[in-house]
Amino acid sequence: MSTTSSPAVKKQNRLGFETAAYKGGRSTLCAGCGHNAISERIVEVFYEMGVQPWNVAKFSGIGCSSKSPAYFLGMSHGFNAVHGRAPAVATGALLANQHLTGILVTGDGDTASIGIGHFMHLLRRNLPLIYIIEDNGVYGLTKGQFSATADVGSKTKSGVVNEMPPIDCCMLGIELGATLVARSFSGDKRQLAAILKACIAHKGLSVVDVISPCVTFNDHEDSTKSYAYMKEHDDPIHDIHFVPFFEDITVEIPEGETREVTMHDGSRLRLQKLGEDYDPTDKIGAINALHASAKTGNVLTGILYYDGGQPDMFEQLGMVDEPLATLPESRVRPPRAALQTVMEELS
Amino acid sequence: MSTSEMTSVASSAGSLQQRVINDFSIQVATVNGSGSQTANNVLMRAIFQMGVPISGKNMFPSNIAGLPTWFTIRASKHGWIARKKEIDVLVAMNPETAREDVMSLAPGSVAVYDEMLRLKELRSDIHFYPVPFDKLVTPVCPNAKLRKLVRNMIYDGVVAYLLGIDLEEIHKALFKQFGPRKAKAAELNWAAVQAGHEYATANLTKTDPFAIERMDGNRGKIIIDGNTACALGCVFAGVTVVIWYPITPSSSMMEAMIGYLKRFRIEPETGRSTYAVVQAEDELAALGMVIGAGWAGARSVTATSGPGISLMSEFTGLGYYVEVPAVIFDVQRAGPSTGLPTRTMQGDLLKNALLSHGDTRHPMLFPSSPEECFSLAQDAFNLAEFFQTPLFVMTDLDLGMNNWMADQFEYPTEPISRGKVLNAEDLKRLGGFARYRDVDGDGVGYRTLPGTNHPSAAWFARGSGHNDKAQYSEREDDYIDNMNRLRHKFDEMKKHVPPPEVVLNEKADIGIVCCGTSRWGAEESRDQLKREYGLETSYLRLKAYPFGEELNAFIARHSRVYVIDQNRDGQLLELMRLDFTAEEISRLRSVRYYGGLPLDARTITGEIVGQEGL
Repeated sequence: MSTTSSPAVKKQNRLGFETAAYKGGRSTLCAGCGHNAISERIVEVFYEMGVQPWNVAKFSGIGCSSKSPAYFLGMSHGFNAVHGRAPAVATGALLANQHLTGILVTGDGDTASIGIGHFMHLLRRNLPLIYIIEDNGVYGLTKGQFSATADVGSKTKSGVVNEMPPIDCCMLGIELGATLVARSFSGDKRQLAAILKACIAHKGLSVVDVISPCVTFNDHEDSTKSYAYMKEHDDPIHDIHFVPFFEDITVEIPEGETREVTMHDGSRLRLQKLGEDYDPTDKIGAINALHASAKTGNVLTGILYYDGGQPDMFEQLGMVDEPLATLPESRVRPPRAALQTVMEELS
Repeated sequence: MSTSEMTSVASSAGSLQQRVINDFSIQVATVNGSGSQTANNVLMRAIFQMGVPISGKNMFPSNIAGLPTWFTIRASKHGWIARKKEIDVLVAMNPETAREDVMSLAPGSVAVYDEMLRLKELRSDIHFYPVPFDKLVTPVCPNAKLRKLVRNMIYDGVVAYLLGIDLEEIHKALFKQFGPRKAKAAELNWAAVQAGHEYATANLTKTDPFAIERMDGNRGKIIIDGNTACALGCVFAGVTVVIWYPITPSSSMMEAMIGYLKRFRIEPETGRSTYAVVQAEDELAALGMVIGAGWAGARSVTATSGPGISLMSEFTGLGYYVEVPAVIFDVQRAGPSTGLPTRTMQGDLLKNALLSHGDTRHPMLFPSSPEECFSLAQDAFNLAEFFQTPLFVMTDLDLGMNNWMADQFEYPTEPISRGKVLNAEDLKRLGGFARYRDVDGDGVGYRTLPGTNHPSAAWFARGSGHNDKAQYSEREDDYIDNMNRLRHKFDEMKKHVPPPEVVLNEKADIGIVCCGTSRWGAEESRDQLKREYGLETSYLRLKAYPFGEELNAFIARHSRVYVIDQNRDGQLLELMRLDFTAEEISRLRSVRYYGGLPLDARTITGEIVGQEGL
């Protein structure tokens, strides 16, 4: 968490906006749904980071989670696309205008089932995008079927036991090229906010899997995605302190070892050790830690993996700095002489 | 060839004095992967350079190497460039098909063949020219590995001798084909051409009547395939986001586009591109990216074929309902399912018009030639952006992958038009906007792009029900109003899409209607109907869907209207049935060909003559 005081006290951010400028429509999700807490965190961090609201593009697929972009950043353009394929829409939109801050909110059905192919290829491209999975292990809008992130042995409300191993979206992210991979819990306001700030500062693909309990269909005793389960099994790997580039305030960090990472925009990420040392730049170490944790039933949370040194998709493609969408005709229609040359070659 | 054989030839094909000049077809039967494409293109281009109108049709398998392939070159002093069914000159290089190929020839035809195939014994009524290809290739190509590729060039030399094609033109075409960077390979191939020519000169006596003579039918023309022409059209239309997933027969469009973008759209000062090309993970993602890019304001395109279109169904519906421009080239091939991936068809007309669930209608453009590939590609972007909707450019494998003679393309005269987009200044003036409100009466609302520097610029694009402010709505009246506006918008397109080509014949009682590549067979068929049967016809060639008033007027003028379709179910006719009156429909007749080869005139003529009872 940054050292800034709570938004309630601070009236305006560095752009002169109040929190209200970052709010969206009234949520129609169930009272107590984890997704609502995530929307609140998004409002909070975009405000605190001073992101220009009308320079943000929101994306989502289909499902309860995908409704949520209507509930934050009301002054931003949004695109509620088709089931599982928001990554494609986001990729096209950000290629058209690379200056946009892209945020995609999706669910475990979207990401780990119908859209897993798109998700995996998005991971390979290092598109600058904040990809949030609101992960509750069930399909909410269709009333409680298992999703592919449900743990072995977990039970639906109607008593069906899941026998198949879960897909770990963070593991996939680390393996396939995402450059910031994190897991959090919708109930851990402080950690989630710090992670989302790091995502805003990151120039590349951020994947954040947020365990976000479904109060209606998956918050019962035999669920591993319930509030009660997470409160017991949440296992943070570090305490995250985010210092934005525009605030030069020394963070007071209590005794203990700290790793510091300077991010692309100059912001600093201070990861304070909790228990065993964890190196988020060590890919294999991260994968091992996730495997080890899965055996215990605990849920590792925090910034699991970070690699700030990879070229993003725009650099890979060698694109001009200006948005492609609004380049003038003189820069996108080759001159008459070019056509003449081609015609001569073909004659 | 014996004297008695000569006599039979003379009786069936006419005497040697009645030469057939610049009006016949040459078919080369080879095995794919043997480098025959180069030899065929060189032969075709050499004839083209002699001023003789030509067309080339490649009939190839869905395979990389080892299966039969046939390349047909038609020379026509009259300028007919449709496929000609009858083969006059066969070059039989494929042992597997040689016998069947020879047996299917008409009496009086020519067969150049590898002497090892011993074809001469098969028939006595055609002109055989045996050539010892293996013996000839060994001295000119010491490298045994290259012989398979060079061997085919020998028939260029032999055919040049037999038909009187100027060897200098073969040389010019060959070196143009290889380009300056592959001059060494060109030299090697040139040696093979010469070896063939020398052998033929010394050993073959010409007995057949076919010959190429110089004429002046190709001044200012180019040779190009439709895919390359579409690619150029997109590049000159200012495309910025190009997304694709490889599929035959559309891949070469994207490869050509990438080539031209690299040449003309990288800024020399920075070395950076004014475009982005992404090979997507599948066709679903390809159209999803195009729609994302279109939403954010880019000119975005993808190209595919039938199987890809099937996968794009979901996103097409989204694009229609959210109202985002997208240009999709559909290089049609024979379906259903995998179908015949390397055969041509107009099999996606009905599907694309109505693609996706719910009530949808999508505009389509129908280029018939490389010139129209180039010009309609540009219209496609302007229309898609103006009407804020996915638009299909319907080409086919015949147009896309075969080489065509064409007029040189004209540099676009109209500025790029981006449609109804409000910028920050507009918003300041207006104070706000309602995304889907029909302000101008044409069904097209005003949109803003993400990143527009104004607090009221944002709108929420959603595939779920919405009102005219783009807010979520399940209200009956909102839904009906929106669907009615979308239909009105589609009908408005009739006034804006390219009008059909119409040839009204005062003497004609019947009309012919077609689209796309059916044009070439249809035009030649009209000539056959008139010359051979005295049947006068009018003609209307559609360039776009929705069909405009011109088509209704055309139907009203004629007792019977033959609608030509390159598919089994008469899809073009079915599209007319959807919206036309019973009286109009009663005048429609169907002409269908669905064998997967480019449509020829004789098929159309036969069908119309049959239905007319002539």
